Amino acid sequence: MTKTIFDKIWDRHVVKSIPDGPDVLYIDRHFIHEVTSPQAFGGLRQRNAEVFHPEKTIATADHNVPTIDQHLTIHEELSRVQVEKLKTNCLENDIELYGLNHPYNGIVHVIGPELGITQPGMTIVCGDSHTSTHGAFGSIAFGIGTSEVEMVLASQCLMQPKPKSMRINVEGVLQEGVTSKDIILYIISQISTGGATGYFVEYAGSAIRNLSMEARMTICNMSIEMGARGGLIAPDETTFEYIRGREYAPAGSEWQKKVEFWRALPSDPGAEFDKELHFDAAGIEPMITYGTNPGMGTGISGMIPSLEEIDNASRNSFLKSLEYMDFYPGEKMIGKKVDYVFMGSCTNGRIEDLRSFSSFVKGKKKAEDVIEWIVPGSKQVEKQAEEEGIKQALEAAGFEMRQPGCSACLAMNEDKIPEGKYAVSTSNRNFEGRQGPGARTMLASPLTAAATAITGRVTDPRTFL
Amino acid sequence: MPIEKFITLTSTCVPLPIENVDTDQIVPARFLKATTREGFGENLFRDWRYDKSGKPRQDFVLNNGRHTGQILLTGKNFGSGSSREHAAWAIKDFGFKVVVSSFFADIFRNNSLNNGLLTVQVSEEFLARLFESVEADPSTRVKVDLENQEISVLPDGPREKFDINSYKKNCLLNGYDDIDYLMSMRDEIMEWEKKME
Ligand code: SF4
Repeated sequence: MTKTIFDKIWDRHVVKSIPDGPDVLYIDRHFIHEVTSPQAFGGLRQRNAEVFHPEKTIATADHNVPTIDQHLTIHEELSRVQVEKLKTNCLENDIELYGLNHPYNGIVHVIGPELGITQPGMTIVCGDSHTSTHGAFGSIAFGIGTSEVEMVLASQCLMQPKPKSMRINVEGVLQEGVTSKDIILYIISQISTGGATGYFVEYAGSAIRNLSMEARMTICNMSIEMGARGGLIAPDETTFEYIRGREYAPAGSEWQKKVEFWRALPSDPGAEFDKELHFDAAGIEPMITYGTNPGMGTGISGMIPSLEEIDNASRNSFLKSLEYMDFYPGEKMIGKKVDYVFMGSCTNGRIEDLRSFSSFVKGKKKAEDVIEWIVPGSKQVEKQAEEEGIKQALEAAGFEMRQPGCSACLAMNEDKIPEGKYAVSTSNRNFEGRQGPGARTMLASPLTAAATAITGRVTDPRTFL
Repeated sequence: MPIEKFITLTSTCVPLPIENVDTDQIVPARFLKATTREGFGENLFRDWRYDKSGKPRQDFVLNNGRHTGQILLTGKNFGSGSSREHAAWAIKDFGFKVVVSSFFADIFRNNSLNNGLLTVQVSEEFLARLFESVEADPSTRVKVDLENQEISVLPDGPREKFDINSYKKNCLLNGYDDIDYLMSMRDEIMEWEKKME
């Protein structure tokens, strides 16, 4: 029988199938962070249970942490308590913690791959919806709630019904100035934020295979923004090369054995999917969002839809969203005034993203009336950016690099976009208030963010090429 | 630790006819800093419920006094976005026992059911009729019968069957908890691990 990569990995991890119910699914790697784990440890304590496999869980502090003066104590009391709680929970339960100031600290979905923890064929979960990022390596990775974090701590298993399968094929060659962020924003704008709910997505096609690992992670990262349980890409030589030699990567004779196993993972020819979609890469423009969910996006030279283009039933929600943004149906996006540019997050906070941003702004000057936050995804990204001269190039163009963390992606720390201000952001969510109460977010790629930071207005990066 | 049992509920409803309500609206990130599960109800729909100075917005449905009840009616694609279970905790803590929509995001549904908060997915048409009835008459009572998987407008209004995974249904009817079940499987899991090595 032909199988998809998803079937192959899922089936190998089923400990038991409950008739008419979910599967008991074994989890290979579990990541935790300070925000969604304390109640899970609290629950275990109430049950008088210990962590079943502490060596399979890895912790980092990222959501709440300040991005300046990380060597000082965290000012904000509740954040400090959460970060400290993570520390004691890890200490008491023998869990490896890459906490604040550790050389491996960073956003959970950045550090897993860069340490080689994330590998093909694995099941990976975290109490965070963007766990789908790790699917870029050909693993089943998805976000879970805190009760499920407790399940994994207690048993290394989860109760999960098997989702339906979808394959999204993107064929062809991208135009210059168009990135993987634009591919995924484009797909979401086409199928809506609920378009893949109930499905696990495999991304395939020549445009996907030609992407670097960083770019693949950007795509898989945003699978959740179309409702998918997760998204993955079959592993290939690009994947193996990325993993080779990293801290947790298999070494010696183990490496060859693993690679052999990984090579057998891709979907069999003729494998069937519950749904299949096709997109043409050459037709994709740099994308930007105009509304308050990631599906409300358009090609940058395009317009906000007119009211007539919106279903009757959805008009109220559409207008409510534009009212929040103070935008109007039918308006053009290019040229809109921008107050902030945020470059970072688990979507676009990797070294390749910083490289592309800095090579774009090199020799140019930041617009004076734009405030710019460049936040590396991890300590290792920060270090590499210094070693490669990226930090210096940014500074010469008037930009400052902060310290790693989630930062303005969700504005749990001090990095909040003020009420009513407009931000072009390389993160993944433009929900109301996501980047601070009243903040207005437009999602875009690092290149579009860079072009916008230079002009102070929504700008098509292709005009500079 | 058992969860609260759910068998049937009859209640008035609170209508929130907005689509794509994400978990950042249900409870904004800046209120996720607690380390226990209690008290999130205070910040349910925080930025829709209160203005900048913290004053309740009179035009928001939770404040206008017209609608109360233990059933929350919402537009399609409810609970999308962040996986924060705090969203389910906040809805439950506020006093809701059921959320009705024509479409739920996956993680939100899981999180709710894991906390004994029942998500009832109905057809678009039925949802539209529910909104109509409840908005026309806030004292409209709706019955949610889990055993028979049926939701109906009392006394003899429209009714519709709803789907729920039979395992989850059983958990709710009996107050069972997945974590207890998985912990009771630890020996079986260890055997499986040995076999897979
Ligand atoms: S960077 Fe943003 S999306 Fe990614 S884990 Fe942090 S808060 Fe979540």
